[in-house]
Amino acid sequence: MSVKKAKAKKSKEVVIDIKELHKWYDSFHALKNVNLQVTKGEKIVVCGPSGSGKSTLIRCVNALEQFQQGSISVGGVEIKDDIKSINAVRAQAGMCFQHFNLFPHLTVLENCTLAPIWVKKMPKKQAEEIAMKLLERVKIPNEANKFPGQLSGGQQQRVAIARSLCMNPDIMLFDEPTSALDPEMISEVLDVMVDLAEQGMTMICVTHEMGFARRVADRVIFMDHGEILEQNDPETFFKNPKNDRAKEFLSQILGH
Amino acid sequence: MNKLQYKVGEHPNLPAPKTQGGIFKAIRNNLFSTWYDSIVTIILIYLLLSYLPMALDWLFFSADFFVDKRSQCTSGGACWGVITARFPQYLYGFYPPELYWRPNLASLLLLVALAPILYSKILYRKYFLMFSITYPLIAFWLLWGGFGLVPVESEKMGGLLLTLTLGVMGIALSLPIGILLALGRRSKMPAIRLFSTMFIELIRGVPMITLLFMATVLLPLFLPSDVIIDQLIRVIFIIVIFASAYMAEVIRGGLQSIRKGQYEASDVMGLSYWQSMSLIILPQALKISIPGIVNSFISLFKDTTLVIIVGMFDLLGVGRAALSNREWIGLANEVYMFIAIVFFVFCYLMSRYSLHLERRLSRSYK
Ligand SMILES: Nc1ncnc2c1ncn2[C@@H]1O[C@H](COP(=O)(O)OP(=O)(O)O)[C@@H](O)[C@H]1O
Ligand SMILES: [Mg+2]
Repeated sequence: MSVKKAKAKKSKEVVIDIKELHKWYDSFHALKNVNLQVTKGEKIVVCGPSGSGKSTLIRCVNALEQFQQGSISVGGVEIKDDIKSINAVRAQAGMCFQHFNLFPHLTVLENCTLAPIWVKKMPKKQAEEIAMKLLERVKIPNEANKFPGQLSGGQQQRVAIARSLCMNPDIMLFDEPTSALDPEMISEVLDVMVDLAEQGMTMICVTHEMGFARRVADRVIFMDHGEILEQNDPETFFKNPKNDRAKEFLSQILGH
Repeated sequence: MNKLQYKVGEHPNLPAPKTQGGIFKAIRNNLFSTWYDSIVTIILIYLLLSYLPMALDWLFFSADFFVDKRSQCTSGGACWGVITARFPQYLYGFYPPELYWRPNLASLLLLVALAPILYSKILYRKYFLMFSITYPLIAFWLLWGGFGLVPVESEKMGGLLLTLTLGVMGIALSLPIGILLALGRRSKMPAIRLFSTMFIELIRGVPMITLLFMATVLLPLFLPSDVIIDQLIRVIFIIVIFASAYMAEVIRGGLQSIRKGQYEASDVMGLSYWQSMSLIILPQALKISIPGIVNSFISLFKDTTLVIIVGMFDLLGVGRAALSNREWIGLANEVYMFIAIVFFVFCYLMSRYSLHLERRLSRSYK
């Protein structure tokens, strides 16, 4: 478990600090008193039944959703209602979605260079060099000039990862990155994520891929009905869950 | 039949069988594939054979092309003199003949300005596009004069020149304004949303003729008497706001079909509102809206004929003026046929271009 050893040496600098977070969709209480500290280089896997608030939680972390109570700071920047703090947080946190959300009218390379060129004002050539390196890292340099619609799901998700990495984020958020994929494509995406984890990226992954969780997670977090019910290291969590709902959930996803 | 047998699991990829054909097969498949297809085809061929010669005869073979008055038309076909004798008027209205070079140059430059918009593979496209953006100003200057050119009053402009001026200005301005209105109607800022919505609903809810009357009759009453806005400017203004209201709704339809994930992805990457609109959302929304946008362009172009009711002589106005002349009375068929053909040509070109654009864009991505 080289990842964990590497992590143990690192300082315990907290990069994501969520305190007493409450979030409502109109009158629906979607997050209830969520507290979570993530240290630099830490890998968190979030799991729980559908509708338990996992997406809502990580979407709050980069201000895709607004919250009503509590606080979130990312890299020392507290998310407020102003564009400035929101942009400062988004500059640190990249995100990959379940449905990739690539831009269909741009080529793979253009997808990757768009934000560096327009947000970071990077010269086009430099942005392309960086993008090509990252496309190599996710193992699809040959598809650079294709359009997303011409790629398989697994390839698209890897492009999405490369696109996020082009902004050189300190933190990566993944919202069920493999659950829209055909089974044979899941591992190619997970491989890229494992590689990323081994490079020391701070990650929060919503996923039900328990093999992945065992391999890279420092902590597994179980959510239900908008609350964090249990958090533990993966070995303990999978072998010996304390919470009844966590037991039931695990038996459902591991059972068949 | 000696079909080759392959072992299971080792079947190679074979070329697809060729569709057999040739023209006879195509005709049979398209025109005579069932007995009722055949009947329709035969009836249509019969009608074509019996009326086409008559039509061609009237249009061309026994038509008089160059005559000075109706009484000289003796061959029994169309009397095209009503067009040819005052052809410059159909083109330029009452524009001073010694200055015809100015509208001519403006039309030539219009083609230059359109080229980089219509075709993406042009060398130095960036510089051509900058010219396209400044083109409306150049055209204004050439047509109206001033700044060193002899001024021409807008009452002198007419015929196809007026039709094209109204059409091109309307199209060039209604698209960007329509985009802004569509974005405004979906804005998170209540004041902007309210303004855009009210603007669109008010303009759409009133017939354009009413708006034209208001602009020509009512507006001057409200303005101080020393402020005189040129009639043509007022009419262009009305055409533009009218067309933009429709354009806005067409584009809003396109915007609505863009999935939320596209907005979220561009947010997450830190793009600003205008960056995400111009780089991500609009390119996709406009592509989806092409049929509706071109539809609006075509109807705007035809709606320009409404200006005859406020006393302007566009192509249709010139034609009607010719018809009311004693020497040409009763030649409505020829005049309306000619005007219909001119409008059809322009509208058809727009429609073909939109198909070309859709094909080009759909080749690049799904
Ligand atoms: N935009 C929204 N408006 C209203 N309710 C929502 C919205 N998004 C999510 N919810 C509700 O919040 C709860 C948590 O959703 P979500 O975070 O997407 O769950 P998960 O990702 O764990 O499946 C669900 O009950 C869902 O119906
Ligand atoms: Mg979810």
